[in-house]
Amino acid sequence: MIESIDHNSSQLNGNGQLKHFLTTEDLPATLLNEILDTANSFLDMSSQQVKKVPLLRGKTIVNLFFEPSTRTSSTFELAAKRLSADVLNLNISSSSTSKGESLKDTLMTLEAMHADMFVVRHPDSGAAHFIANQVTPNIAVINAGDGRHAHPTQAMLDMLTIKRCKGDFSGLVVAIVGDILHSRVARSQIHALRTLGVAEIRVIAPKTLIPKDIEFMGVKVYTDMRQGIKDCDVVGMLRLQKERMNSALLPSESEFFKLYGLDTEKLKLAKPDAIVMHPGPINRGVEIESAVADGPQSTILQQVTNGIAVRMAVMSMAISGQLNNSNSPVQR
Amino acid sequence: MPSSNHNVDFLLLQMTESLRKLLTDKDISDPLFIGIRSGGIWIAEQLHQNLDISEPLGTLDISFYRDDFTRIGLDPKVQPSKLPSSTQERHIILVDDVIKTGRTIRAALNELFDYGRPASVTLVALLDLGCRELPISADIIGSSLRLKTDQHIKLIGPEPLALEISQRPGSE
Repeated sequence: MIESIDHNSSQLNGNGQLKHFLTTEDLPATLLNEILDTANSFLDMSSQQVKKVPLLRGKTIVNLFFEPSTRTSSTFELAAKRLSADVLNLNISSSSTSKGESLKDTLMTLEAMHADMFVVRHPDSGAAHFIANQVTPNIAVINAGDGRHAHPTQAMLDMLTIKRCKGDFSGLVVAIVGDILHSRVARSQIHALRTLGVAEIRVIAPKTLIPKDIEFMGVKVYTDMRQGIKDCDVVGMLRLQKERMNSALLPSESEFFKLYGLDTEKLKLAKPDAIVMHPGPINRGVEIESAVADGPQSTILQQVTNGIAVRMAVMSMAISGQLNNSNSPVQR
Repeated sequence: MPSSNHNVDFLLLQMTESLRKLLTDKDISDPLFIGIRSGGIWIAEQLHQNLDISEPLGTLDISFYRDDFTRIGLDPKVQPSKLPSSTQERHIILVDDVIKTGRTIRAALNELFDYGRPASVTLVALLDLGCRELPISADIIGSSLRLKTDQHIKLIGPEPLALEISQRPGSE
């Protein structure tokens, strides 16, 4: 079943600006494009000697990670620092909860420290929405991945990568390959791709890793990778979580690689200028061949760079949206 | 309605001559022109062309450096700044269309210094509206003008450039 949460437009303020960033679902194309344009401006900052802007000076951002993560938490930390915010990294699974403190108590404690933003990673779907509903007004919440539900900043950094490589979304055929069933990345990608108006979205996976009713999200389902990848402009690989390997859902690693791993030979079936994306960390030889991961069509490292810019964009937009959290339009 | 008192082309010619003299007096042979988005870029383009400078123009979007972010938030129309790889030890000609409170220039200077330490910064503006809130003055201005509190002036362009005065409150 596809997990769906009632967003109730809780991520937008009265002016239609972002005040939390919880999901790519139901956000208008104008807002997704605004995120991409703002991120694009931050990307150009890399030519500065001082790679920092004073936008969020004096703001406190708390990275609240209830689930281990290196890449996402470090890029969020770097994004916050490049906006001149103060950052606090909390690995909750190993601190308060083991002492029996409830989530609400943890939030209240952090609010008393005058936090302006929570960046939340949680193993339960809907956790970021729950926290956004619990916190006092004026605190922005960014979803850094919740259960199987959503990973909106990952999806938007993928959209930025596509936009920078392909220029435009219309006419693109995008394939998402791998463990669709457990992937919050795939879900957020599908919502964003649909809103941004790509021509076709395909999902490619063994039957056991395809959620029931996924066709209702407007995607075409393929269980044969060779058919699914044919003439694609973008191939988005998903990480195969090793722990899933032990369940009955999958054959062996080598069998999976043979059928659904992206190697040079299968990639030849896509368009010659197709790009290959992967959210990382990559399992070489399980879902992607080294020659492809390190090859000219791979955008894996560009995605990391784009990820910092996208996180800077949504962080500054959400704080901005909290400041303008009223029904009166802003006079500029 | 375009203001007939201010012929932009005429002002630009005057500014070009003043700037040529200033560059000679200061012995600057290799200036780097930087326009502040968006009106400043149009003015900078004209001066750049009049003075026959070959090096491409830099453009600055100061949205990430504004001091009123906490009041009005982020400009959704922000665009990348495009500067040469370094401004280190360069003589910079910073150009804006209108100077009023001085806050835009403060933000622009902060951003410029994040690209390196320039040798000097010369400020050029088409119009000076007074009402300064910071200790900033332009080295070269096309013309000075005092507006009524409910008047707002805007440079429209880029082809042709014209000044438009309207009866609504606005900011620099």
